[in-house]
Amino acid sequence: MSEYIAPLKDMQFVLKELAGIEEVAQLPGYEEASVDVVDAVLEEAAKFANGVLSPLNWSGDQNGAKWSANDGKPAVTAAPGFKEAYKLFAESGWTALAAEAEWGGQGLPKVVSAAVNEMWKSANHAFSLCPMLSGGAAEAITLSASQAIKEKYLPKLTSGEWTGTMNLTEPQAGSDLAAIRSRAEPQADGTYKIFGQKIFITWGDHDAADNIIHLVLARTPDAPPGVKGISLFVVPKFLVNEDGSLGERNDAWCVSIEHKLGIHASPTAVMAFGDNGGAIGELVGEENRGLEYMFIMMNAARFAVGQEGVAVCERAYQRARDYAKDRIQGTELGVRGGPKVPIINQPDVRRLLMTMRAYAEATRALSYVVAAAHDAAAHHPDADVRKKNQAFVDLFVPVVKGWSTEIGILVASDGVQVHGGMGFIEETGAAQHLRDSRISAIYEGTTAIQANDLIGRKTAREGGVTLKAVIEEMRAFDAELAKASGEHFAAIRRRFAAGVEAVATAGQWIIDNYGPNIKAAHAGSVPFLMLLGTVAGGWQMARAALIAQAKIDAGDADPFYQDKIITARFYADHILSKADGLASSIVDGAVGVLALAEDRF
Amino acid sequence: MKILVPVKRVIDYNVKVRVKSDGSGVDLANVKMSMNPFDEVAIEEAVRLKEAGIATEVVAVSAGVGACQETLRTAMALGADRAILIETDVELQPLAVAKLLKAVVDKEQPQLVIPGKQAIDDDSNQTGQMLAALLGWPQACFASKVVVNADKTGAAVTREIDGGLETLDIKLPAVVTTDLRLNEPRYATLPNIMKAKKKPLETTTPAALGVDVTPRLKTLKVAEPPKRSGGIKVADVAALVDKLKNEAKVI
Repeated sequence: MSEYIAPLKDMQFVLKELAGIEEVAQLPGYEEASVDVVDAVLEEAAKFANGVLSPLNWSGDQNGAKWSANDGKPAVTAAPGFKEAYKLFAESGWTALAAEAEWGGQGLPKVVSAAVNEMWKSANHAFSLCPMLSGGAAEAITLSASQAIKEKYLPKLTSGEWTGTMNLTEPQAGSDLAAIRSRAEPQADGTYKIFGQKIFITWGDHDAADNIIHLVLARTPDAPPGVKGISLFVVPKFLVNEDGSLGERNDAWCVSIEHKLGIHASPTAVMAFGDNGGAIGELVGEENRGLEYMFIMMNAARFAVGQEGVAVCERAYQRARDYAKDRIQGTELGVRGGPKVPIINQPDVRRLLMTMRAYAEATRALSYVVAAAHDAAAHHPDADVRKKNQAFVDLFVPVVKGWSTEIGILVASDGVQVHGGMGFIEETGAAQHLRDSRISAIYEGTTAIQANDLIGRKTAREGGVTLKAVIEEMRAFDAELAKASGEHFAAIRRRFAAGVEAVATAGQWIIDNYGPNIKAAHAGSVPFLMLLGTVAGGWQMARAALIAQAKIDAGDADPFYQDKIITARFYADHILSKADGLASSIVDGAVGVLALAEDRF
Repeated sequence: MKILVPVKRVIDYNVKVRVKSDGSGVDLANVKMSMNPFDEVAIEEAVRLKEAGIATEVVAVSAGVGACQETLRTAMALGADRAILIETDVELQPLAVAKLLKAVVDKEQPQLVIPGKQAIDDDSNQTGQMLAALLGWPQACFASKVVVNADKTGAAVTREIDGGLETLDIKLPAVVTTDLRLNEPRYATLPNIMKAKKKPLETTTPAALGVDVTPRLKTLKVAEPPKRSGGIKVADVAALVDKLKNEAKVI
């Protein structure tokens, strides 16, 4: 089975030419991120992804994580090889990549960690979730917890000796967190006793690290109902003594793990807190502000999941490409009596492969550009620039999350299709990508939740200010594009210009209808998210094509640049061309969505 | 004890090698390049000797184009303390490299030089041997195990030979070339990748070292191996023997 090879060339191209890594390295605090250092980091991460994580992907899927009752002390064992791989991952310092130097991190920019995280996710989605969740827990602590809690937990979360989890969901509280029932009872010593059951806790228990730091949402006794009465607590698996050593086992147990469609090596835990007297927790920040704290880090978590879409596009493409070059079947069209040829010669296999490749490149480009904007929003010395970039990030995080992951499923499905009947057979590996990709459009907020956020908080509520600014930016770029000559650029420009106007029309319709016609606006929310993703992806592909042309004009003979222009052309004709259709499904489509009475279903 | 490790920048082992259309060589334009895998083993061995308290310094050296700096940074990320680049655009052949290395050895005075046994691009398997000859040092090639004596005056080197294993006792200083089974190279850690940029990298030239690197050999033609043609069925053993004798001319 073929192993994942990181697409370093495209990653470096996007980082340098589209995301502006050189400008990011000028930002205060990111001086270390010079191009040569970033290249070296990517090279070594690529080796690790290829040599350690990728070989465990299939076996992890087949064996999965295992739960055992363990004489009343239930425990999860990671899939074979995962414990050793995780130890090596942590010892190699990868958990500390983007973490703050104060806690032992390398403090590299988000745009660098975006590229590196894409590799972990491409090589082994199930594995990547463990450090991703630890990073999320560490970020929640960094942003909101007291100095004492930070000192207690952050160094070891950063070094990867301990891992972290996010405990939000309960059986009755999924997308609707207002329904959370877990309780937190204040104790005389300032701690709390936590009681309740949490479900869908990714890497909620395992044997790969010495301790697991759970971040748990729960209600204090006098908390107001609904979202304004939820607090956030740190609940370690093992209590931590004053000197930092591990103390007693806390009353936080994994009582079972789920049987899932995919990501089998990522244990999805049902966590029981306080069944034996109460799990000891420490309050993060102030009472009743838990959800607010979670939302601060939500952008980061949603962005990270969005990258799973990018990652699976790349992985599924690589596998399908290798198969299509190898599988000999039939003769070449138009060649009478010719020899049998690999299926990559069949036009529809090429169409599938180009679709996969174009989406991989477009989702990657958009996600790194958003990551670079995040870096500017966090570190730029000019407050106006920070604000502008933050608005851009806020608008596009739901798109990176929702669009990339929905596309990831389509591309993984195309990957199965390239394999034909063999793709339906598990041993080929194509099916695993499809199964694994399915969760990305669900957890950390389903696509509909992302789309609600996009049309509501990020667009309608501010009268579309950021969206309109982005549309203007795209129109200005279209004027640049108009100067390029040749049939490829003519095609790209035609589709791009139409795409931008489709976003403008549909965006205005959403803004106009959000107040008076809220259900109709929501009926078009996911199509609008897909439309904005499609056009923003086309924007980045067109930028890439222009830069590629400039390189060619300057005498660079690297075929990479020719390929980039063709891929952008493909994207324009085959993907951007769907923009008009998406726009009309938004503007005209609400009736068909909403008209049937409930009892007609 | 100082260890010198020569490292070569070669076409990445994952890349499918293509011959240039004019047959003048392998197409290296826009191809991913990496450290020769045998040299990774050599760096690993040197770093382990340092970690074991036997060596005090590991110096990586490379000869070739400016981009070899990346290979040297990789060596430093894996644990080499500093690096030397002998920069030249001339095509370097094993004898030229051996002469360059000798000049560096004369200057640096290492007790041990650990080259990879061969590079995966030209597979020459000559540089280490030539270097030992030029230096007049003992050589132990294709090492699968290296044990340096407690007093650091010699080493026991196990090497794989056709009949099994052979152990050589050699006096130091010496040249020991690595086989792939000597060790399994580590993955560079992120802090070491970051630190590698700050480690010293000295650049020199063949001229500064007083070495003439003009190629002595001329490449006439580089060609792809012939495509495997389909097999045939023979009627009986006599026909087989006949074909082996008269067509394949192997018996």
